[in-house]
Amino acid sequence: MVISVASGKGGTGKTTIAVNLALALSNTQYLDCDVEEPNGHIFLKPDITKRVSVTLPYPRVNYDKCDFCGDCAKICEYGAIAVVKNQVLIFDDLCHSCGSCVMLCPQKAIYEVPQEIGIIEIGEGKGVLFAHGILKLGSTRAHPLVQEVKKYSDVSKTIIIDAPPGTSCPVVEAVKNADFCLLVTEPTPFGLNDLKLAVEMTREIGVPFGIVINRSDGKDSIIFDYARAENIPILLKIPMEREIAEAYSRGISLVESDDNYREVFRKLFADIQGRVGL
Amino acid sequence: MKELVIVSGKGGTGKTTLAASFAALSNDKVMADCDVDAADLHLLLKPNILKTEKFISSQVAVIDQESCLACDICRNVCRFDAISEDYVVNPMDCEGCRFCERMCPIEAIHMEKQENGRWHIAETEFGPMVFAQLGVAEENSGQLVSLVRKEAQKLAKENNLNYIIIDGPPGVGCPVNSAITGAQLAVIVTEPTMSGIHDLMRILELTRQFRVPALVIVNKFDLNLENTKEIKSYCQKQQVEVVGEIPFDPGVIEALKAGEILVRFSGDGKVSEIVADIWKRVFNRLQLI
Repeated sequence: MVISVASGKGGTGKTTIAVNLALALSNTQYLDCDVEEPNGHIFLKPDITKRVSVTLPYPRVNYDKCDFCGDCAKICEYGAIAVVKNQVLIFDDLCHSCGSCVMLCPQKAIYEVPQEIGIIEIGEGKGVLFAHGILKLGSTRAHPLVQEVKKYSDVSKTIIIDAPPGTSCPVVEAVKNADFCLLVTEPTPFGLNDLKLAVEMTREIGVPFGIVINRSDGKDSIIFDYARAENIPILLKIPMEREIAEAYSRGISLVESDDNYREVFRKLFADIQGRVGL
Repeated sequence: MKELVIVSGKGGTGKTTLAASFAALSNDKVMADCDVDAADLHLLLKPNILKTEKFISSQVAVIDQESCLACDICRNVCRFDAISEDYVVNPMDCEGCRFCERMCPIEAIHMEKQENGRWHIAETEFGPMVFAQLGVAEENSGQLVSLVRKEAQKLAKENNLNYIIIDGPPGVGCPVNSAITGAQLAVIVTEPTMSGIHDLMRILELTRQFRVPALVIVNKFDLNLENTKEIKSYCQKQQVEVVGEIPFDPGVIEALKAGEILVRFSGDGKVSEIVADIWKRVFNRLQLI
């Protein structure tokens, strides 16, 4: 079973939900796909046993062969190549590593070199199998790094995926192929606005989903009214409490600060199991 | 013309709350919401939209099933695994490179333009505003961010305004790079949590790579005084000024829930005063650049 935890808005509590699910259940794996700002390690404190560099191929020019015909610049749909007098400029931050220029250069003057886009760290923390991706600063290729992190999935475990915020391609990559998606929100107009976007995205991907309300004020009518109208289940509410925020600030998970939450997250899991039939 | 960009690394630290307050506290500027994945600033500034345009930036390959010979060349050259075994392109995976189209021996593949989102020019009580919404499950958020900034610059020129305040996206990836590149000053909003500190370090490093001077604001500073101390000493070491600390105040959440701008929301007014003071410092710094 693969459960992805997402949200349109940042800072709603994705990592809190993902980490606590992973800790409360047995035989779990936590994959942090929020590669721009991975935070799960702060709570799981894993012993890292393996570090892998993730690279993508980027084009370079063999000037012995290049005749500056300019075809590569015309071919590149991303504007990543410019041919000026006696020089071919390549902008790695625009390149998608599609390989077109290499194959279609009439002089076969373009070759590729691997460039690091980030790293993946693998380990185990508090009994949870762990992996996260860390995007190299300045790199724009979060999406392929998320793909790489997902390759470390251990299907014998219950896999919890911590997705990035937003609704764009790296998020889709983190959510697709999951059996269920938890959308974490908060009872504010921002929370609702971004929840709607996340719902639209999850429906488009076709993964079943439910809502978790974080920082609940007990009523949460703004989210409830929407969920009822859209017929989306609300699976869990976590109250707005300063103690919870303080524990979070110290890097302490809910289940560690209050043992009762173990049962809360196990129930959440049982609920999800019932819904997906796994 | 000077651009101030508000970023955070970590999401949910209070970028938009502060951006809206800065909008209410300042004159002579255009507001730009560059969090195109999940734009929220309009919920507070309540703009009157004057113009909406489609954002068309990407294309996807389409295979004509009738003429396709199933030669498999397209599947072999595609590096995005976007073509299924029965030669259907998944638009969510296709990155529009046209490699398959160019390699197809019988020209059975053509490209189709896609609408990736919309952007708006609007008028608010606090001046002109540009904002956008990327379509869900779309790419090219960085391009849409650049477009919003360009339109904001145009508006500023037309209206003789000297400043642009940008509400930035979370993270350190593609849209953030587009939001900060070439800006005169970045304000980083952080919180005294382990996650906040971790993400602050990464976004600070990124602003340095882009040579954008940065200021730091610690939101909810009294949630964890030790962590706040750590943030301040870290910033001092990095020679980055902490321009303000905002307390953890239920009034902030009340304002947010009411959809009101913090500095305009009636409460005990203390937090509003702090935010107004922060804006003064930020604006002074901006003028010195």
